[in-house]
Amino acid sequence: MDIKKPARAGTMESNDIYIMITPNQGLGINIELESIAFKQFGNQIKKVILETLNNLDIKDAHIVAKDRGALDFTIKSRVETAVYRAL
Amino acid sequence: MKNSLGREIPEYIEGYGDVMPYRGVYSGKDIVRVGVNTKRVSNYDTKVLGSIKKAIIECGIKDGMTISFHHHLRNGDYVLNMVMKEIADLGIKNINIAASSIFLIHEPLIKYIKEGVVTGIYTNYMSGPVADAISNGILKNPVIMQTHGGRARAIEEGNLHIDVAFIAAPSADSCGNINGVCGRAACGSLGYAIPDAMYADKVVAVTDNLVPYPACPIEISQEYVDYVVPVDSIGNPEGIASGTTEVTKNPVGLRIAKMTADFIKYSGILKDGFSFQTGAGGTSLAVAKYIKEIMEKEKIVGSFASGGITGIIVDMFHEGLFKSLFDVQCFDNKAIESYKSDKAHMGMGASMYGNPHNKGSVADNLDVMILGATQIDTDFNVNVTTNSSGIIMGGSGGHSDTAAGAKLSIVVTQLYKGRLPIVVDKVNTVTTPGDTIDALVTERGIAINPKRQDLIERFASLDTNLPIVTNIEELKNIAERITGIPEEIEFDDKIVAAVEYRDKTVIDVVRKPI
Amino acid sequence: MIRRTMLFMPGNNPGMLQNAGILGADSIILDLEDAVYISEKDSARILVKNAIKEIDFYNSEIVVRINPISTEFGYKDIEEIASVKPDAIMVPKATEDDIIQVDRIMTNIEKSKDFKEGSIKIFPLIETAYGIENIYSIIKSSERVVGVLLGGEDLTADLGIKRTKAGDEIYYARSRVASASKACNIDAIDTPFTDIDDIEGLLDDVKKAKSIGMTGKAAINPRQIDIIHDVFAPSEDEIKYAIRVKEAYDKAKAEGKGVFSLDGKMVDAPVINRANKILDRAYSAGIIKRCI
Repeated sequence: MDIKKPARAGTMESNDIYIMITPNQGLGINIELESIAFKQFGNQIKKVILETLNNLDIKDAHIVAKDRGALDFTIKSRVETAVYRAL
Repeated sequence: MKNSLGREIPEYIEGYGDVMPYRGVYSGKDIVRVGVNTKRVSNYDTKVLGSIKKAIIECGIKDGMTISFHHHLRNGDYVLNMVMKEIADLGIKNINIAASSIFLIHEPLIKYIKEGVVTGIYTNYMSGPVADAISNGILKNPVIMQTHGGRARAIEEGNLHIDVAFIAAPSADSCGNINGVCGRAACGSLGYAIPDAMYADKVVAVTDNLVPYPACPIEISQEYVDYVVPVDSIGNPEGIASGTTEVTKNPVGLRIAKMTADFIKYSGILKDGFSFQTGAGGTSLAVAKYIKEIMEKEKIVGSFASGGITGIIVDMFHEGLFKSLFDVQCFDNKAIESYKSDKAHMGMGASMYGNPHNKGSVADNLDVMILGATQIDTDFNVNVTTNSSGIIMGGSGGHSDTAAGAKLSIVVTQLYKGRLPIVVDKVNTVTTPGDTIDALVTERGIAINPKRQDLIERFASLDTNLPIVTNIEELKNIAERITGIPEEIEFDDKIVAAVEYRDKTVIDVVRKPI
Repeated sequence: MIRRTMLFMPGNNPGMLQNAGILGADSIILDLEDAVYISEKDSARILVKNAIKEIDFYNSEIVVRINPISTEFGYKDIEEIASVKPDAIMVPKATEDDIIQVDRIMTNIEKSKDFKEGSIKIFPLIETAYGIENIYSIIKSSERVVGVLLGGEDLTADLGIKRTKAGDEIYYARSRVASASKACNIDAIDTPFTDIDDIEGLLDDVKKAKSIGMTGKAAINPRQIDIIHDVFAPSEDEIKYAIRVKEAYDKAKAEGKGVFSLDGKMVDAPVINRANKILDRAYSAGIIKRCI
C-alpha cells in the first residue's frame, strides 16, 4: 500500500504514543523516536513500528514517534490508525 | 570486591576512603558517643549576630570544613542557599555539606559545586537539578548517601564531624532556644536538626522570628547554640508545608492500597496496641485511609503512629485510633497545628527515630511500615536511590531504618510505571536489603519474602481472596510479559555516590550512567 | 455469571485499558461510542481490537459498546471487534431491528472464524422511550441477549425531562426494565450514578435500584465498584439459608433422594438455583470461602 498524505494518531498522554506518518516515496522506512523509556525500550519500540508497517505492506514512510510509555499493543494500534488515515 | 548482597564495590574509593562492605543487617558493634567542646556564655554576652556573613567569620569557617543543614523546611528552605552564597562570596573552598535532604530549591548548589566551593556532600535524600547534576559527575568527591538513622549514628560516634551546623529556626530567642511551631515559617517538628545541635562544634540558629527571651516551647535548647542570626525570611511557607497532603485518586493506587490494608488485617498484626508508619505519597496515604476504615469498624485502638506526619494520620489520632504520635517532620498544616497544640503528638529527633546504635529507636518499636520503591529485585532488595535509568532521584531517608525495625515491612508499588517494570532481576542501586522486607504488594499480586515462612503458612491456611503469588519471580515475569524485557543500562566506572547502610557499611555504589 | 458491576472505560485511552482488569469490576464495557470523539472513532476501534487480543482482563467479562448500527462507525465496529471475540457487544439505543442485524452479522463472523455459534452475547442499551415500551420484544430479538442496561441520561433527554439524583423520573423505566428482564431471565443493569464524588448519593441510588429489582449497576469510575458490590452482596440471613439449602440438597443426593423438604417446605429446582446464585454472589463478595 502507498501512503498518500501525512497523518497522525495517538496522544502525548501517559502510556500512549504519538505517531506522525508522512510519505517517503522510494526512500524506505525512516523512524525518529523520542521516548521516556528510550534506553530500555528504544529498540523494541522501533521493532514494533517496523513490524506493523510491514504487516500493512508499507514500504516507504517517514515516522515521527513520541512515546510516553506505550505498551506494544498501543504502538501497533497507533501506527495502524495513522497508516489508514494516510492512505 | 562483592559485599554480602553480591554488589560489586571497590575496596577504596577516591574522595571517600576505605570501604567497609555491607555484611548483614545487624553486624555492627555498639558505639560510644563523642564529646563536644563547650564555651561559657555569661549574662552579659550576646549570641545575636547581625548577619550570616558575621556568623561564618565568628565560627571560623575555613577551606575543607563540614557544615550542616536540615530539611524541616523542605522545598521552601532558604537557609542553605543563603549560607552557601556568603561562604562562596568569602572565597572559602572545598566545603563538605551535610544536608539531611536536598530539594529543587537548592539548585544554586550546582554553581558552587562547579566552582569548587563545595566538593563533598553527605545527604539522605536528594531530588531535582542537584541530583541530576551529581549523577552526571559534577561533584569532586562521591556523594555519601546515608539513612536518617545512620546519619544520626555517624554524627554521634564522630564519623561525620560537623564543624558548623546552620539550623533554620522558625522561632528563636536571643539565647538560641529554638522551636518550629511559631513564626511565619512554622514547620512543626525539627527532628532532623537535633543530632547536629548536640554534636556540632558550633551551632548557628538562623531565624526570621526573633522572640523575647525565653522562647516557648523549646525544642532545641540554648545549651547547644552558639549564635543567633535574624534574617528577613528563612523560607517560603508554601514550599514548607503543602496545605493538605492528598490520598491518591489513581484507581490502580487505590486498589494496591486496599489490598495492602487487607493483607495487614489478615496477617494478624492489626489489633489493640497497633503501631504504624507510612510515607507521604498518594498510595501510602491511601493505605492509611483503608487501615483507618478497618480500625474504625473493628474498634481497634492503636498505640502510636510515627514518621513524617500528615493530616490523615492526625485524623486517625484525633479519632482515638492512635494514643500518640511520634513526629520527625510535619508534612502539612494539619500536622503542624496538631504538633503545636497536642501533648500526645510528640517530637522525635533523627536519632530517636532510627539510629540503630543508641539504646533503642522508635523504628525498632514499629509493628507495620509502608514503603515505596523505584525498583525491587527478586531478592527483595529495594532501590529508592536511583530510577530505572540509574539517575539519583531520592535516597533512603528513613526507608532502611524503618524496614529493619518494623515487625512487618511492606513495599507498596505498581508493578510497572510508564513502560518500566518495577520488579526486576537486579536493581540499579540497593538502598534497603531484602532481608528487611517482608512483603511486596502490587496490583497484580502479592509476594511474601521466603524468609517469612510464618506469613506464607498463615496466608496459605486463610483463603483470603488476596492474589498471593508463589514467589516474587512470578511478579517479575508478569511485568515482563506486559512491558517486554528492558535492555540493561550501561554504566561508567566513575563512582558518583557511595550508599551507606545504617551502620556505615557500604551497601552499594552509584556509577555514572553512560 | 455474576454481574453486579459493569464499568465503563473510554476506548481510546490506553493507560486505562491496560489496567481495566485489576479494578475488580464483574464486567468491563470498552466504550467506542459516547466516550470517544467523532474524529477518533477509528483510533479507538483499532486500540480496543488490539487490547482485547493482548491485555489480560483477568476474570472480568469483556463487553464492547459499539456505535449505533445505523452509523458508518457502528457497522465497522462490529466487524473489527467481533473477529477478536469479546464476551459481548453492547448495542446503543437498541431497537428490534438493530438487535436482529447485530445478531446476523455476528453469526456470519462466528461461522467464518470458526467460533462457537452464539458465543458472543448481546446487551441492548435501553435508552429511548421506544426502547422502554418495546423492551420485551427487543430482548426476544436474539438468543444472545444476556442482559439489558438502562441508559438514564439519554432516556430522560429523549423524554424531554430533567434527570435528577433522586431518580423519581426513571422509576417507571427501572421497574419496566427489571420486570421485563426477570420475565426473560436475564440481568437488569441500572443506569450509572454520574456524581463520582457523592458517595452517599451513590449508596442511596444503588439501594433504590436493588429494591426495584435491578440485578446490577453500571459504574463510570472505579471508585464506585466496591460500594455497588457491597449493596448487591447477599445478606447474612440469605447466605445462611442458602447454605442450609445446599447442605440439605447434598445430603438428599447422597441418600439417593430426588426431592426433599426444608423447614416444612418442598425444595425444588428454582429454590436450589437461587441458593446457588446467592452462594456465588457471596463468594464473589469475599464473604464465604469456596469449600461450601
